[in-house]
Amino acid sequence: MLNIEDLQASVGDTQILRGINLQVNAGEIHAIMGPNGSGKSTMAQVLAGREGYEVTGGSASFLGRDLLDMDPEERAREGLFLAFQYPVEIPGVNSTYFLRTGYNEMCKHRGQEELDAMDFLSLVREKLRLVEMDESFLKRSVNEGFSGGEKKRHEVLQMAVLEPRLAVLDETDSGLDIDALRVVANGVNALHSPDKAAIVVTHYQRLLEYIVPDYVHVLYNGRIVRSGGKELAIELEEKGYDWVKDEAVGATV
Amino acid sequence: MTQSAERTAWYVECFNDFVRSLNGASSPQVLSQRKKAIDAFVELGFPTARDEEWRYTSLATLLRQDFGVASKPDVAPFTDVDAWRVPNLQSHLLVFVDGHFQPALSSGLSLPGGVDVGNLGSLLKKNGDVCDKWSVAPRGEDAFVELNTAFSRDGVHVHVGKDVCVRVPIEVLFIATSPSVAAHPRLWVRVEEGAQATLVERYVSASDGAHLTNSLAEFSVGENAHLDHYRVQNENRAAFHIANLHVREERHSVFRSTCFTLGSGLTRNHVHTHLVGEGVDSTLNGLYLVGGKQHVDNHTLIEHAQPHCQSHEFYKGILADKSTGVFRGQILVHQAAQKTDAYQANRNLLLSDRAEINTKPQLEIYADDVKCSHGATIGQLDEDAIFYLRSRGIGRAAARQVLTRAFAGEVVERIRLEPLRLQLEDHVGERLEGAVANRV
Repeated sequence: MLNIEDLQASVGDTQILRGINLQVNAGEIHAIMGPNGSGKSTMAQVLAGREGYEVTGGSASFLGRDLLDMDPEERAREGLFLAFQYPVEIPGVNSTYFLRTGYNEMCKHRGQEELDAMDFLSLVREKLRLVEMDESFLKRSVNEGFSGGEKKRHEVLQMAVLEPRLAVLDETDSGLDIDALRVVANGVNALHSPDKAAIVVTHYQRLLEYIVPDYVHVLYNGRIVRSGGKELAIELEEKGYDWVKDEAVGATV
Repeated sequence: MTQSAERTAWYVECFNDFVRSLNGASSPQVLSQRKKAIDAFVELGFPTARDEEWRYTSLATLLRQDFGVASKPDVAPFTDVDAWRVPNLQSHLLVFVDGHFQPALSSGLSLPGGVDVGNLGSLLKKNGDVCDKWSVAPRGEDAFVELNTAFSRDGVHVHVGKDVCVRVPIEVLFIATSPSVAAHPRLWVRVEEGAQATLVERYVSASDGAHLTNSLAEFSVGENAHLDHYRVQNENRAAFHIANLHVREERHSVFRSTCFTLGSGLTRNHVHTHLVGEGVDSTLNGLYLVGGKQHVDNHTLIEHAQPHCQSHEFYKGILADKSTGVFRGQILVHQAAQKTDAYQANRNLLLSDRAEINTKPQLEIYADDVKCSHGATIGQLDEDAIFYLRSRGIGRAAARQVLTRAFAGEVVERIRLEPLRLQLEDHVGERLEGAVANRV
């Protein structure tokens, strides 16, 4: 589904990704872990197509198409979804309108009929249950005045509505209490299916108790320095990141 | 002679012709008011950039124009006034063409007893001393107020008697049809104790030529009375629009005004609300949406004279292309006005690198137990928000559109008359489609 080869990217003059290789197949959940500043979030942003991140080398294909050649909206329409680490507040745009506009863009792209306000409302009501959100959220401006937990649940709600093929969750667990974490994880798990995939970017092993990954990759200094099964996450939790750093430094010397 | 002095002399000549043309039709009291006003106008002269209040608004282009007194217009092309109405708005409508009242185009609905609405011109013929009785705007201070007083012929007077509730909005529609003329419409509104009314003021142009609208509105809101006011100005881009609004708000009254500036090449809106009683609740909302080379100047003075009053001011501006804007928000809290709660916000969105806004809050507080806050912002569309929308499949142009509409929406949604709100949503949407598309 996603094939990343030797991906390099920089912000301004600083190179952050120094050659990422990653293959994600349908049905798989991959966790990307790593210490602060290792490039995890940059990788997520580059995949979503954020301006200001310059790809300086390598390639990435998504469902057979050149991902890096697509605008952010095209990537989304093709089925890539980024759950933001810091969801953006948009005063004056109510949540329903925002969700429906995105949903209808997907419909247009897939050649399906767009939904009117009434039909969309019944669709979104059902999705709200998944993230245990109250209907009153729909009338509020996107993320405005939402608590941290509400913002993250709202991200999962968007994911539920847009039904992406590949979800990239960028530190969705940061700052969440256990209850909110459970709701978010349940949502992500419920949306997972054999034709879909997810990349879970996280700093903490805790999330992986709820969203169980098939593969765990450790990102350090812009490269994946170690990959393994879910037991790697547990090892990281016990030993911290220092041993990975030491190993990585050793490898480059 | 400077251009300003030349133009002043030109208006005096116009005035002399105008008085001759009245041919005694004006009552002696009204005539003496007019003469006093033209003298005051000469005394004051046109404001210049040296006047602090006009520092960022140049009248040079206005002073180059000969805007004569409008003769009675040919209304034949406007028998279909529906084209200018707000779709589905049931209102008691008074229509004015080039400043002249048009009874044939107006359509009154039945109003409750105790309400008197009509053409001010007719009232003045019968009863000249209402001028003094209803006057709210200070005299001898503003050249345009004086010009209006000197020249105004028609306008609207609204009197809502004690405890009367007028549910039907009273709508005044000013259509400019002839180029090179000046209209000086006047509005007098008095809402007595415990009464309630809604007034909608709209200005449009039916042709592309330059014209001048110089309006003066004087409202008095009685004790415990409610007045809801909407002002929508959508004149053509060659037009000059000067508007003065003076409001006297008595004890426990509630006044809400929402002012939209979409049209006109040069607009100056001056609003002075005077909270003269205790416990007044006063709101000024505004939205200006300009492009091309339009210039818009919103100048407000909220004067707290008594304790326990609250005022809310919320103005937003969207400026595209080479348009320029000014916001000056004065809040004056007198020593007696303890426990004042005054809030002011002015937020601006610049859609182009060449657009410009000057915003200046000005708080003058002489009481020591008050809550006053203000904030002004100037910015571009939030790139993070654009990316957020794009990452949900919404294209770049559409994302900009959504965000700009949302910015304007915060003011538009405050309109309580649904048909008017829907029309404004459409107008704003159409205007933004052009303005935003130019950038992408």
